[in-house]
Amino acid sequence: MQDTLEFEPTAYHIKTSDEGTALDIRDFNLWYGQKQALFDNNLEIQKGQVTALIGPSGCGKSTLLRCLNRMNDLVDDLRIEGRITVDGFDIYAKGVDVIALRKRMGMVFQKPNPFAMSIYDNITYPLRVDGVTKKSILDETVERALQQAALWKEVKDRLNDSALGLSGGQQQRLCIARAVASDPEVLLMDEPCSALDPIATARIEELIEELKGTYSIVIVTHSMAQAARVSDNTAFMYLGHLIEYGDTDTIFTNPQKSRTNDYVTGRFG
Amino acid sequence: MTSLNEQLPPASSAAGAAGVAANEAVAPRARRRYSADLSALGEPALWGFGGALALGIIMIALFLMVVLYNGATTFWPKPIDRVELTDGTVIAGVERRGTIFRPDLPRLTEDQRAVVEENDGFAYRTLYQTANFDLYGDDFRWVADFELANVTQPADFYYFERQVWGVFVGRIAGMQLNGVAMDYDPAVFRREQAAARDRFRQIRKLERNDIGRINNLIERERLNQRRAVLQQGEEAAAPIIAQSQARIAELQEEFQILQARVNEIRALDRGFRVTLEEVGGRQIEPEMSQIVRFFPANTLSWGQKLGIYISRWGEFVSAEPREANTQGGVLPAIFGTVAMTLLMVIFVAPFGVITALYLREYAKQGRITSIVRISVNNLAGVPSIVYGVFGLGFFAYTMGGTIDQLFYPENLPNPTFGKGGILWASLTLALLTVPVVIVATEEALSAVPRSMREGSLACGASKWQTIRYVVLPKALPGIMTGMILAMARGAGEVAPLMLVGVVKLAPALPIDGFYPFIHLDRSFMHLGFHIFDVGFQSRNSEAGKPMVFVTTLLLLTLIVIMNATAIIVRNRLKRKYATGQF
Repeated sequence: MQDTLEFEPTAYHIKTSDEGTALDIRDFNLWYGQKQALFDNNLEIQKGQVTALIGPSGCGKSTLLRCLNRMNDLVDDLRIEGRITVDGFDIYAKGVDVIALRKRMGMVFQKPNPFAMSIYDNITYPLRVDGVTKKSILDETVERALQQAALWKEVKDRLNDSALGLSGGQQQRLCIARAVASDPEVLLMDEPCSALDPIATARIEELIEELKGTYSIVIVTHSMAQAARVSDNTAFMYLGHLIEYGDTDTIFTNPQKSRTNDYVTGRFG
Repeated sequence: MTSLNEQLPPASSAAGAAGVAANEAVAPRARRRYSADLSALGEPALWGFGGALALGIIMIALFLMVVLYNGATTFWPKPIDRVELTDGTVIAGVERRGTIFRPDLPRLTEDQRAVVEENDGFAYRTLYQTANFDLYGDDFRWVADFELANVTQPADFYYFERQVWGVFVGRIAGMQLNGVAMDYDPAVFRREQAAARDRFRQIRKLERNDIGRINNLIERERLNQRRAVLQQGEEAAAPIIAQSQARIAELQEEFQILQARVNEIRALDRGFRVTLEEVGGRQIEPEMSQIVRFFPANTLSWGQKLGIYISRWGEFVSAEPREANTQGGVLPAIFGTVAMTLLMVIFVAPFGVITALYLREYAKQGRITSIVRISVNNLAGVPSIVYGVFGLGFFAYTMGGTIDQLFYPENLPNPTFGKGGILWASLTLALLTVPVVIVATEEALSAVPRSMREGSLACGASKWQTIRYVVLPKALPGIMTGMILAMARGAGEVAPLMLVGVVKLAPALPIDGFYPFIHLDRSFMHLGFHIFDVGFQSRNSEAGKPMVFVTTLLLLTLIVIMNATAIIVRNRLKRKYATGQF
């Protein structure tokens, strides 16, 4: 089916950031074994802004996101072409320190995945694996990260309790706190609200609003409403192709491609 | 489905050539009928499954009840019967069990034959434990019902458990205190017997601890001499040998003093005797210290019986065996079983977990890992005796022999590690149980959600850090389950142990007060082997039979305790790492 469809070049009309580009994705192709999942994706993630990746299931948005911190390295039989650069250096170049890269890219997953440790240990985990043992630094980080994740008030008296005792929404905010603990440049969010109820979702969205500026955020979402609410720029992907990448208002009100229009108006997907 | 229905005649029409046509006409109704398809009904299968489960449970329950009943009643004191037979013989003994049998008719008297023939040639007989092996040459006697003349339970019959020769059943005819003969007085006898037992324990303590220590030191001096000769040559070692000889002489002196003390106590002990008379009138005069326990079996109150019952259990779990293991305790066997199992866990845990970690986390999944996995599973099906042979050949003879040559040359040709021992037994069992641990660990590892690993990796943790801090803690309860299974398997295994270190009677425990305190080279006793030995290898298997049940009960209890402990630990861990989300 992919072969029979024709894809025109991507339409671009993004709102650029004053601070420049956080991530530059150039001619990016990806294959799972024989099957190509991403086709010539080109996009620049703007610094300090929220970029949403939308599209129907299986369009490759999660795959693309997981390439940004090389999470896809875990998959066997994966082949890529093209470049992704952060501050001018290619993250897929030979000899890149993947561990160092991942420390610059915080990631939040679809389902809250706190470790079976205390809240404190969860947040200090990225530091501890880095060899930081100084109590004052750890304490400081825990407070800052929890403040940033708007969780400090709720858990400050029970930092040593198990993180598994928190509610789903709290767990997800804890995961955000954990992701920002190592003070990354980019925050990657893979459908962070899909397992949460509407109230918890609203809190996470507020949080994204607060965190942007400090971090460049890339968020994959199934909910077009959410993309419209939280993002500055939106990329619409379809069957591995980047169809349109532009500022969110335009994408949702006046898209340049008919496919985008069909999707955002709910005609398919 | 359709084709099946077409072949079936509809209920309304008669079967025959017209059936097919009629079937077409009423097709919608016929299709709704499902009674012909048995599997569509859940009930018959349900009964089958439930029945299989019930059968299994019933068999296990029966087995446990047999073990529990026999094990629990063995130590309960039973009355002594004085049995007069029709031919005038009188025997005394404890009733053990009875069976129906077919007597040899020509050997019976006229009257007896008449009785037996009335019962279609069958008769009932009872097994009496007549004891007094030193006098009778046998412990048991069958008495057929038609031989019985009279059965009484005289009050003055006592049941004696002796240090050697087993049980004595009979009366107390008199006693000797310090060489002076006197009449039997229960209070005095009780007091003097207790004192005599104290003397016995004192002698044993002197021999075991003090003389044992000196023997141990002398042996070490002797080995030092040989080592010096082996390492430095005859001449160079001369001063060392001279020094050592002086030390040995000193020790010998100490030994003489202790030996003299032991002899003194022994001489005193010989003066205190009790005269026992069996039912036929023959008497023996053992030392009081030889009487472990005695009671008037026919006049005991319920409370006294309970006291004896508890005291026997106490001896069973805390003392050493006597009488070729058929009496006394099994403490060395309990110790050996527990020590060997724990040692096995120490070996198998890291080995199995590391193997599974590599197989699941690091190795590239493919044909080779599949082959390895299948092989590991197949290992679990190898007969355990094969492991025993391997353990003997590889661990004991090859590895142990090499260790002996490198580290204990002075003791050769006597093997130190080059024979069966608790170390080799544990290693053999570790090998036997490692597939269980590997399989369980692999399953536990693969059950750790991918999201956990990704969460850790996304935090910038390395693969090893992820495994160490996230995967292993989460998999720990599952790994513990594997350990529990391995422990249960290992603690109950006997066959391979017979080749690699289990013995009928171990002179010393693998852990004692003599340097180097932990003797992994020593052979040991094991409850499983004890069962086999007492039940099937002893001089009198009838005498050992109750012990088989008691020991089985104890072994089962021990395994249950060990498993329960492990399960409690596992559940604690599980609670700690339980996912309480949503």
